[in-house]
Amino acid sequence: MSSFRTAQIHLVSSHREVYEPCDDSFALVDALLAERVNLLNHHPTLCLEVGCGSGYVITSLALMLGKEASGAHYIATDINPHAIRVTQETLEAHGVHAELVSTDIASGLEKRLAGSVDVLVVNPPYVPTPEDEVGRDGIASAWAGGENGRSVIDRILLVADVLLSDKGWLYMVTLTANNPSQICLQMREKGYASRIVVQRSTEEESLHVIKFWKDADLQVDGKESTHKTGPARVVESLISQFPRLSFWRNNSNTNR
Amino acid sequence: MRLLTHNMLSSNIKGVVNGFPLRIEVEKVVEKQVDFNPDFLKNMFSKIEWKPLVDASRAMGYAELPEEAESSMLDSHDFLQRFHHALLELHLEEGALICPETARRFPVNKGIPNLLLHEDEV
Ligand SMILES: C[S@@+](CC[C@H](N)C(=O)[O-])C[C@H]1O[C@@H](n2cnc3c(N)ncnc32)[C@H](O)[C@@H]1O
Repeated sequence: MSSFRTAQIHLVSSHREVYEPCDDSFALVDALLAERVNLLNHHPTLCLEVGCGSGYVITSLALMLGKEASGAHYIATDINPHAIRVTQETLEAHGVHAELVSTDIASGLEKRLAGSVDVLVVNPPYVPTPEDEVGRDGIASAWAGGENGRSVIDRILLVADVLLSDKGWLYMVTLTANNPSQICLQMREKGYASRIVVQRSTEEESLHVIKFWKDADLQVDGKESTHKTGPARVVESLISQFPRLSFWRNNSNTNR
Repeated sequence: MRLLTHNMLSSNIKGVVNGFPLRIEVEKVVEKQVDFNPDFLKNMFSKIEWKPLVDASRAMGYAELPEEAESSMLDSHDFLQRFHHALLELHLEEGALICPETARRFPVNKGIPNLLLHEDEV
């Protein structure tokens, strides 16, 4: 894939308290690249990144959609004000623009942006840690995810449901330890279908970039809790989507 | 910070019912040229609260927006250009956003609004 479409590492700014682009950032950008044509056909008006860190992802998104999606407006938030500054430098170095807000997830934007976000991208703090490490100042908040790494993720999912437009798409990075199939089921109950766009495995862990979108059929199904074949079939298909999940479960069971 | 962003921000302090619009305290405004895109403006128009945009642009020294607007005006090139300028080209570089209910000041430095709350405000 030609490199002009994504942010260039040597132009990405940095700061000792800001998360540097890493495997998870690259996986998310690869997922967006794989989706580039779909995203262009989607004609997004508002694109939001929650937790922009170095700005590598939002800059890449703005670059890859570029002039062809000139009707798109980009917004990015981070809880770490240093990250917001670094993102600003990264955007400027690439000649693209995003509006930046230092805030917790999308606090302050939620009311007015409700139902208006067409593309939401998140590489959240997903590492399982003790709960009291979540949301601390500085670099720890870049990864500390609390129990199962789900503390911030679960809060983000609630906000995503508020923000996404009817045609909105969410792209989120998860780790196997976050129990992604359970995340998909939980989102399904709210009427979202999901699909794995990118999967990366290392010795210890497996990263997924999952895409979520509102599915009108599911929204009807969700209400009909008596629906016969639905839930069982979904659990099955979700579990087969995450082959390492059962491995992880067994593993954590033997640990206990 | 563009006025589009101002139009999307409300006070997020616990207990605040009417946190929109935030009042703008201006220290420094900069103008940055942005490519004119009528389709984007037409898509955004329905999402914009007009009166707050008029007041905000006035606070930033731009008084060329009509007091009221309706979608039929989107056919006018002149209207679109004013809307474009107000929404995208005026940046609050330094200043603050003030909560209409509590008067809490959210600083804007180097063009970035800081809506992070203190523990007792969440
Ligand atoms: C894993 S890093 C990802 C950074 C960047 N998006 C990337 O992919 O390289 C997670 C980012 O989320 C931010 N973050 C953590 N908790 C947050 C919250 N509650 N609201 C907004 N941002 C948060 C962190 O400061 C950090 O920059």
